[in-house]
Amino acid sequence: MLSYVIRKVLYSIPVVWGVITVVFILINVVPGDPAMIMMGQRGDEETLTKIRADMGLDLPLHVQYVRFLGQVCRGDLGTSYRTNEKVTDAISDHLNATVRLALGALVLGTALGVTMGVISAVKQYSFFDYSAMFIAIAGVSAPVFWVGLLLLMTFAYWLGWAPGAGFGDGSFKYLILPMITLGVRPGALTARLTRSCMLEVLNQDYIRTAFAKGLPERIVVLKHALKNAMIPVITIVGTQISELLSGAVLTETIFAWPGIGRLSVDSLLARDLPMIRGTVIFMAVIFLAANLLVDISYGFFDPRIRYE
Amino acid sequence: MTDAVKPRPQTGNLWQEAWIRFRRNRLAMAGLVMVVFLIVVAVFAPFFAPFDPYKQLIWSEGLKVRLAPPTGTHWMGTDLFGRDIMSRVIFGARISLQIGIFATVVSLCIGVPLGAAAGFFGGRVDDLISWLINVVFAFPFFLFVLAIIAVFRNPGMLVVFTAIGLVNWVSIARVTRAQFISLREREYVEATKALGLPTRRVIFRHILPNALAPVIVQATLGMGSVIMVEAGLAFIGFGAQPPIPSWGLMISEGQKYLATGQWWWTLFPGVAIMFTVLAFNFVGDGLRDALDVRLKR
Repeated sequence: MLSYVIRKVLYSIPVVWGVITVVFILINVVPGDPAMIMMGQRGDEETLTKIRADMGLDLPLHVQYVRFLGQVCRGDLGTSYRTNEKVTDAISDHLNATVRLALGALVLGTALGVTMGVISAVKQYSFFDYSAMFIAIAGVSAPVFWVGLLLLMTFAYWLGWAPGAGFGDGSFKYLILPMITLGVRPGALTARLTRSCMLEVLNQDYIRTAFAKGLPERIVVLKHALKNAMIPVITIVGTQISELLSGAVLTETIFAWPGIGRLSVDSLLARDLPMIRGTVIFMAVIFLAANLLVDISYGFFDPRIRYE
Repeated sequence: MTDAVKPRPQTGNLWQEAWIRFRRNRLAMAGLVMVVFLIVVAVFAPFFAPFDPYKQLIWSEGLKVRLAPPTGTHWMGTDLFGRDIMSRVIFGARISLQIGIFATVVSLCIGVPLGAAAGFFGGRVDDLISWLINVVFAFPFFLFVLAIIAVFRNPGMLVVFTAIGLVNWVSIARVTRAQFISLREREYVEATKALGLPTRRVIFRHILPNALAPVIVQATLGMGSVIMVEAGLAFIGFGAQPPIPSWGLMISEGQKYLATGQWWWTLFPGVAIMFTVLAFNFVGDGLRDALDVRLKR
């Protein structure tokens, strides 16, 4: 097991290096001078030269690259052009809000999705099955920002049941609508996957045996079938995390939620290159780390994988 | 559709059988009808649209058409400038389909050759390409596209769909690679090698046609997500720019008026997006079942 973990960790190092390099290329090699971008049209030549020198932009590209790699390895993502704040500080300030949102959405989506999927599979072709799968298909196809706006309109503006956009005092009621918005897609995907996996498992011999020896349906479904049907569902948690991070960008924008997604959009709009660089690298590394954990836990649950 | 894909007799059977299975699948057929409907609407948009999508009717008809709710004349209401929302939604189909098609073509042009090379040659080539796939895959899709677009000073639509294609190719490449890996060991491929056929011919004439089915499925399913990403980009302000009638942009323009109860500006473009994504997902799922493809996702 330990060698499996070590192999997985070592394997992700070149990928992290690739991520950092791609971001460097994106920011430094594409047309456009960062100093000019930072100053807009206002900058005179003298200021521009000074900015370039301050940021090390006058150095040859490969020197900049090595310097940048070194900085990132030491956990230094640079300083924002806009607020002069350290990028790592800004990220840690915004991390809490995003983690709450993403975890809330993941828990809600998985709980609802698994429940709907199991009931749909057990009562296949029933009214519940059709309506649940209709909702799930609609949930996969609806744009997250649009769902968020409709929820905001209905529950905040019309009915007044939920507070409007914003983080408020950080209490749970402010989290409800953003959490539902972001949870719709993972929930819908989980529901569809759970249903198809359950149907597959329910047709297997050992389930028939379980029924034949007179076990109640509840035990067979929840104890015997669900356990095996869950393996693919756990595997896609990794993909879900990527979707959650992407979805968080839009959800946080609509709900004025002070998370990393909104931080990255704000810095993109302001062309704050170090902040863009930092948030993108951070999100990619989070995603890789999460997938690493999923991989490791998968190897833990299913020993065959370790020896591939 | 069948005529276009059955030129060679030896592959004709597969596609013909697939079409028969596809036709039996009601959801898939519904999706196909929806896609055809969208294409017709997009191509003949001026014919279907009751008004000019860019024309600000407040100048000719006065303030009564400013943010007017749906009526018999304006089925989906009007926006702040008195533009007819239904006409804009109809013309918006052009933008979305263009993005979907062009971004998918870019993805295929990058993903198929790279995936094929990785799967066919294996070894170092595979290591390098798989590494690249994993790197691109590590970025959150939407944020990565945003970042690519943001480095350009004046991103036009060309930049938008190239950027989407530059991120979207990885899923195509993965599927192509997996297909090539499983096919390259087959006996008939061994036979082509034994016959001394040039590598290029083996890849393009003998493996690729057999590897296409999952690639087509993946590309079709990808259309929906590409269209959704474009809508999100336009919503944030990085995609289509005003006054282009892009669905995402319309939702963004209309959202300010939700709090005061003018819901139609936001609702209808969103329904259009959902309809389009749903259509491509139905067709993609149908193709997957008809071509009997198992995708690892």
